[in-house]
Amino acid sequence: MLTRSRRWAGAVPDPLLGLLGAAAFAALLEVLPRTGAVSPDELPPFSAIVRALAAEAGSSGFWGALLDTLRGWGYGLAIAVAAGLSLGLLIGSVPVLREATASTIEFLRPIPSVALVPLAVLLYGTRLGSTLLLVVYAASWPVLVQAIHGVQDVDPVARETAAAYRFTRWGRLRYLVWPTALPYLLTGVRLAASVALVLAVAGELIIGSPGLGSAIGLAQASNAVAEMYALIFVTGALGVCVNLLTRALERRVLAWHASMRTEVPA
Amino acid sequence: MRTVLRGAGRLGYLLGLPAVLLTLWWVSTASSTDFYFPPLRTILSAFGETWFSARIVDDVLPSVARLAAGYLGAVALGVTIGVLLGSSRRVRLLAEPVLEFFRAVPPPVLIPVLMLFVGIGDTMKITVIVIGSMWPVLLNTAEGVRAIDEVLADTARSYGLTGAARLRRLVLPAASPQIVTGMRQALSISIILMVISEMFASSSGLGYTIVQFQRGFEIPEMWSGILLLGLLGFLLSLLFGRFEARALRWYRGWRQAQKGKS
Repeated sequence: MLTRSRRWAGAVPDPLLGLLGAAAFAALLEVLPRTGAVSPDELPPFSAIVRALAAEAGSSGFWGALLDTLRGWGYGLAIAVAAGLSLGLLIGSVPVLREATASTIEFLRPIPSVALVPLAVLLYGTRLGSTLLLVVYAASWPVLVQAIHGVQDVDPVARETAAAYRFTRWGRLRYLVWPTALPYLLTGVRLAASVALVLAVAGELIIGSPGLGSAIGLAQASNAVAEMYALIFVTGALGVCVNLLTRALERRVLAWHASMRTEVPA
Repeated sequence: MRTVLRGAGRLGYLLGLPAVLLTLWWVSTASSTDFYFPPLRTILSAFGETWFSARIVDDVLPSVARLAAGYLGAVALGVTIGVLLGSSRRVRLLAEPVLEFFRAVPPPVLIPVLMLFVGIGDTMKITVIVIGSMWPVLLNTAEGVRAIDEVLADTARSYGLTGAARLRRLVLPAASPQIVTGMRQALSISIILMVISEMFASSSGLGYTIVQFQRGFEIPEMWSGILLLGLLGFLLSLLFGRFEARALRWYRGWRQAQKGKS
């Protein structure tokens, strides 16, 4: 058994295992509808979805929807990071403010931002503002909380050393607070990016503002099932890209950080 | 006396800003004639009239019940699959790309799919919550199981700990900090999905009711619904904090001990 297991493990390199899994999943999606295990009206064959995807890629409507979603996501995320970062650094640096705001943040943070959907509709209808309201509210909290934690995490010895060398306020921020808080901030940005995408798509789906979300809802309502799955696939791919992007950002910006550097065996 | 003063100070910090903000909201909207931003006084009285009525039974409780069913289902499913994946390196590598993709799909887009399969009833809503919330639990559990300390694992093996006993005594406890992290994320997603699934396609529930108020331009009632959702989110967050403190008491203690050591 050990020999067989070892032989099997050696036969397929690790990177290929992932591809194998993905291929198996695609094959499953192709077979289930064709054998009638699942109705093709509910889940069309994988090849039909691929064809629908190719057709979508050739239409300007699709690219318009993609851009709309990216716009809502990008603007919302940028605003959320700017707001969360500013407030977070401020609150984190002033102990009294930190204590005074703790309960308010703790109360406001868990509120689901989709609760604001009706308000967004009244104020902005199907315009970009609706998406931004939802995205900014939801994505600000991870950044804010991480920024506060980051500032708090400054090493007391380092802080006192900076004081002993009479660092200016700016110097303290630049050389002491910022490097300490940066890992936390990037974690906040990564979380915020994921949340922003979810809320951008959710807002479009419910409110009907232009974007991938509303395109999916429309396809479903029109019984264009393969197109719906194709659009969902694109949305998932977008999510994967967001994850990869934020991780790459983290790796690049934190190249100097201890957690990123690996010891080379002597 | 000093203790009393310290307690009063803490309470002051705790309630000070919320009280200030609420007062500001009350005062600044007291004479409001803006249709969309009615006086807080009006919203609060609408809150009482709207929700302390048949609606609690007809809309609020069913929503919370669906949320609970979906969330618990997501946790159970996520932990189960996560343990299986985390226990075998090859299976994990095989499944990883597909899982990462599903994790990246924004959960709300599941709603149109599930409407095809199961219509718009309770089953759809609960299933949306289960499938959408499962991923953080699943992936965190798998990571927690994968990262079990090798010395611990070897010790368990040499003592003949296998099967169910190994799972209960070694695997789940060792992975529990990660599992709880996943559960916290899953809770946020569950609440969002509960609201969205009701707003998008439904004829009952909190999300549906709030949207109906908006469409009927019953603005104070709509605001009171938003407040109720906020309170719900806050209460669930508190409940989870209690659960987390209890479930991970040993972990906190261990971390404290380690911190004290260095």
